[in-house]
Amino acid sequence: MANRLHVGTRKGLFELARTNGAWEVVDVRFLGDPVSAVLADADGSVWAALDLGHFGAKLWARDRDGRWRELAVPVFPPKPDDASDDPHPWSLGKIWVLEVGGAAGRLWAGTMPGGLFRSDDGGVSWSLNEALWHMPERRHWAGVAGGEQPGINSVLIDPRNPSDIRIGVSTAGVWASTDAGGSWRLINRGMYAEYMPPEQRDHPIVQDVHRLARCAARPEIVWCQHHNGVFRSEDAGATWREVTAIRPSKFGFAVAAHPVDPDTAWFVPAVKDERRIPVDGKVVVARTRDGGRSFEVLQQGLPQYHAYDLVWRHGLAVDETGERLAFGSTSGGLWISEDGGDSWTMPEARLPPIAAVRFAPV
Amino acid sequence: MATVSFTSALQRFLPAPSVQVDGGTVHAALAVVFASRPALRGYVLDDQGALRRHVAVYVNGQPVHDRVWLTDPVGPHDEIYVFQALSGG
Repeated sequence: MANRLHVGTRKGLFELARTNGAWEVVDVRFLGDPVSAVLADADGSVWAALDLGHFGAKLWARDRDGRWRELAVPVFPPKPDDASDDPHPWSLGKIWVLEVGGAAGRLWAGTMPGGLFRSDDGGVSWSLNEALWHMPERRHWAGVAGGEQPGINSVLIDPRNPSDIRIGVSTAGVWASTDAGGSWRLINRGMYAEYMPPEQRDHPIVQDVHRLARCAARPEIVWCQHHNGVFRSEDAGATWREVTAIRPSKFGFAVAAHPVDPDTAWFVPAVKDERRIPVDGKVVVARTRDGGRSFEVLQQGLPQYHAYDLVWRHGLAVDETGERLAFGSTSGGLWISEDGGDSWTMPEARLPPIAAVRFAPV
Repeated sequence: MATVSFTSALQRFLPAPSVQVDGGTVHAALAVVFASRPALRGYVLDDQGALRRHVAVYVNGQPVHDRVWLTDPVGPHDEIYVFQALSGG
C-alpha cells in the first residue's frame, strides 16, 4: 500500500509519510504559494503545479534523487489573426490536472483555459494537443463556475492501451481519443444539466463534468461526479446512467474509483451548488460496493458537528490497493483511511485549504 | 542606458537582477533581459507576450499605457520597474 501522500494546498505542498502506523508531515515545499495540481510516480518523482497569483502558472518536479527544479510550463502557440473571435484566451491559466501517460516519460496536463498538453520527457517540454484545441466545438466550452475559463479536470488513460484517452471538461462533457490524441470526439450521452434552458438540457457539450474516475482493472467502467448528480458508464464514457442511490446528496466534486473492483467507488457529497457545504454540517464519504445500486454513508472519524468542509475535484484519492484513501477540504481538513473508508484519522496538522491529494504509487 | 529593475517578490522564485539596456520601447527593453534570462519571461508576460494581468510595469514612475504590445517609448536614461500589481487586501 502507498506510504506517501502528497497534498497540494493554497499555501504549499505537503508530503506525508506513514511511519509506525501514523501519518505525519515529512516535507513542505512552496510554502505560501498555491499548488493547483500534484502528481507522484512510483520511482519517487513528484510534479507540482503552482498557480502564482501575480506571476502565473509554474511547474516544478522532484527527481528520484530528491532534487527539485523548475520546469517549463505548457505554453500556447501564438494566437492567429483568424482566432480573434475565440472566447477563450490562448494563454495558460493554470495546470489543473497532471497524469502519467502510460509510456516512458509521458505526462499529460489538463489546463485552464481548456488546452491539453503532452510531454514525452517527464515534463521538461510540452506540446499543445492541437487536434483538440482546434476543434470548432471548443468555442462552445463554457467557463467553470466562479472562473472565466473552461478547464480539463480529468485525463483518463486506458492502462491496457495508452492511446485510448478520455478527458472530462468543466464545462464541456467527456471527450475521447483512441489514437493518442490525434483526433477527438465528444462522446457522452445520458447526462443532463438541469440548470440549462430545457432545449439544451441533454446536450453532451453543456454537461458540467466535475470529475471522472475509472477502474484501472476494468477501464470501461467510469464514474462521474457531475454538477447534477452521479453517473456511471460501462462503455468508457460513451453512455451514462444516473446513479440515483447516492446519499446524503447528489452534488459534489470528487470521485475515486476502486482500482480493481468495478462496483466500488467513493464520493464526498455536499449541499448543491448555491451553498456547497456538507449536508447538516457533517463530513461524510459515500461508498458504493454494488455498482451504484446502494450507498453506505461513512462517517467514523469524520467531523459530525458544525463541519463545513468542501472537497474539490482533486481532493479525494485512493491508492493502488483500494484500501488507503485520503481526502482534503477547503477548510484544510485532511483525513486518511486504511480500511477502504470504514474509518478515518486526521494527521497532526492544520493545513491550508486543500486543492489536491495524491498517493505515491508503490 | 535605460535600467530595468524587478520587484523583490520575484527574487523568491528566480534571480532577477537589474539590467542596463538600450531604450526604444518597453518591449525591446524587456526582450533584452529575457534573452539572457529566458525563465523570467513567463513570470512577467503571458503566452501571447502581453503583460500578465497582475504584473505592472512603470516607466519613470508612470504605468505603461500599452500592456499588450508594450510599445511605450523608453529613453536612454529611463527607469523601467517591473512589479506585482496589488490585488486583494
